[in-house]
Amino acid sequence: MLEVKSLSKNFGGVKAVWKLDLAVNAGDIFGVIGPNGSGKSTLVNLISGVFPATAGEIHFQGHSLSNLSPHARVKAGVARTFQNIRLFPGLTVWQNLWVARNSTEDTRAEGISYRWFRKSGPVKNEIDDMLEFSGLADKGDELASNLAFGEQRRLELARAAATKPRLLLLDEPAAGMNQEEVRDLDKRIRQLRQQGMTIILIEHVMELVMGITDRIAVLNFGSKIAEGEPAAIRENKSVQEAYLGQSEGS
Amino acid sequence: MDYYLNLINTIGIHTLLGLSAYILLLTGQLSLAQAGFFAVGAYTAAVLTVILGWAILPAIGLAMLITGLLAFLVGFPALRVRGLMLVVATLAFGEFVRMFFYNFRWRVIQDGVEVGPDGTMGFSEIRYFAEHGWTSWEVTSLIWVFVIMVMAIIWWADQTRSGAVLRAVGEDELAAGTVGIDVTVVKVAAMTAGGVIAGLAGSLYAHQITMLDHHAFTVLLATFAIAYPILGGVSNVFGTLVAVIFIQGLLVEGLRFLGDWRMLLFGALIIVVMNVKPRGLFDSQTLRWMKNVLRLRLSRRLS
Repeated sequence: MLEVKSLSKNFGGVKAVWKLDLAVNAGDIFGVIGPNGSGKSTLVNLISGVFPATAGEIHFQGHSLSNLSPHARVKAGVARTFQNIRLFPGLTVWQNLWVARNSTEDTRAEGISYRWFRKSGPVKNEIDDMLEFSGLADKGDELASNLAFGEQRRLELARAAATKPRLLLLDEPAAGMNQEEVRDLDKRIRQLRQQGMTIILIEHVMELVMGITDRIAVLNFGSKIAEGEPAAIRENKSVQEAYLGQSEGS
Repeated sequence: MDYYLNLINTIGIHTLLGLSAYILLLTGQLSLAQAGFFAVGAYTAAVLTVILGWAILPAIGLAMLITGLLAFLVGFPALRVRGLMLVVATLAFGEFVRMFFYNFRWRVIQDGVEVGPDGTMGFSEIRYFAEHGWTSWEVTSLIWVFVIMVMAIIWWADQTRSGAVLRAVGEDELAAGTVGIDVTVVKVAAMTAGGVIAGLAGSLYAHQITMLDHHAFTVLLATFAIAYPILGGVSNVFGTLVAVIFIQGLLVEGLRFLGDWRMLLFGALIIVVMNVKPRGLFDSQTLRWMKNVLRLRLSRRLS
């Protein structure tokens, strides 16, 4: 589904990502882990189109993503969440989902009205379902900035899913979550996979990554140092070195 | 009476000007170009009625179209500059327009008299309303019919998904792109819509004031245009209307007796208001408060 070939990104002299090769199959939950600064977030930014690559290619379902703007990539079926939550703070929860909702199937009239179709119709039903899914059913009219941290994270995930992507890139979705929230996140990611999405999960929280992914790639200093199934990665010596070679706090 | 009608006309025209800046402010574009579009609308409509003998409504229509087209063209380079640089760029555009009309001459002889824009001398004798027997009340009504229509259209659009999309771009452009919003289309569309409304305001202004002078279209007007939605807040269109009434009615006219000290108080009052109500005079809290008060009054009446 997604093929990354020899992808490189330089920021001035810094090689954030260097000749990276990845292949993700449809329906997989693919993990990307690595110490801080290993290029994981840069990878997400490259795939979602926030930065242009310095070199290399990204192919999604056979098509190159190279010259597509971020919004064009969303239309092609690639969505992402942000590590440091970028909701629309002045909009309500409902509106946050509404602007993201991929309305290619709608008629113009359905896409247009908030008030009229709020009471009925496919738009309302879909957004209500998404609110249900995120446990935010009673918070539809709340401003996004007024939500608790955990709720904001759930909304961030739902909003990305609202664009009905084929491929969903999650950038450290479990950061700052307690055990219960991580278990809840695990459940919701599985539900999204059941709905037909392929997921790339960038994470530090190992219990989530090890428990949910089919394959994991490990990055260090912008390159891939290992790839394989969770059990194999756990035992991998160079992976252990990469993590333990850092100071205690990673 | 005419004095008050003039004030009401000015408030109406400035409300339209403020609304044109409001739409752009929603998308996060702080524009000082609205006075420029205002000028283009004014001169275009005046030329159409005075020199080409058009009726007022078609003249306003074409003026809006031409101004909109110009705004559309401005919208693209405007994408390349952010924040304060956009302020500077639009300011430059406004001055360019003003200097253009400072030099613009198109004189024709009608019934033995020379009419038309005369460069530095300005464009006087825009006598459409007088020549066609419009009363002062009819002029005021025309202006305010447009004001109410534009306010209603913007308010309605704000209830739709398009309104939410515009605001999303204003809140976080990067995130907006990431959820599939074409930021380019949104920002250029907003610039075009803002231009059309400013063109409308200018067309009405030209015929109401009957003479155009380049001094009317300076940075000061552009600053007023953007001050209205900032002071009024971007929650809703009423904020802009209230801000115009506050600035034009209270400060400009009401404080005339203070002479030149007026400017000092003017600035001070604006600073005070911005501190007390940083989200604008008419933010969502105020609206909620008003709704509650109305509900209370209604329930008391009914019981």
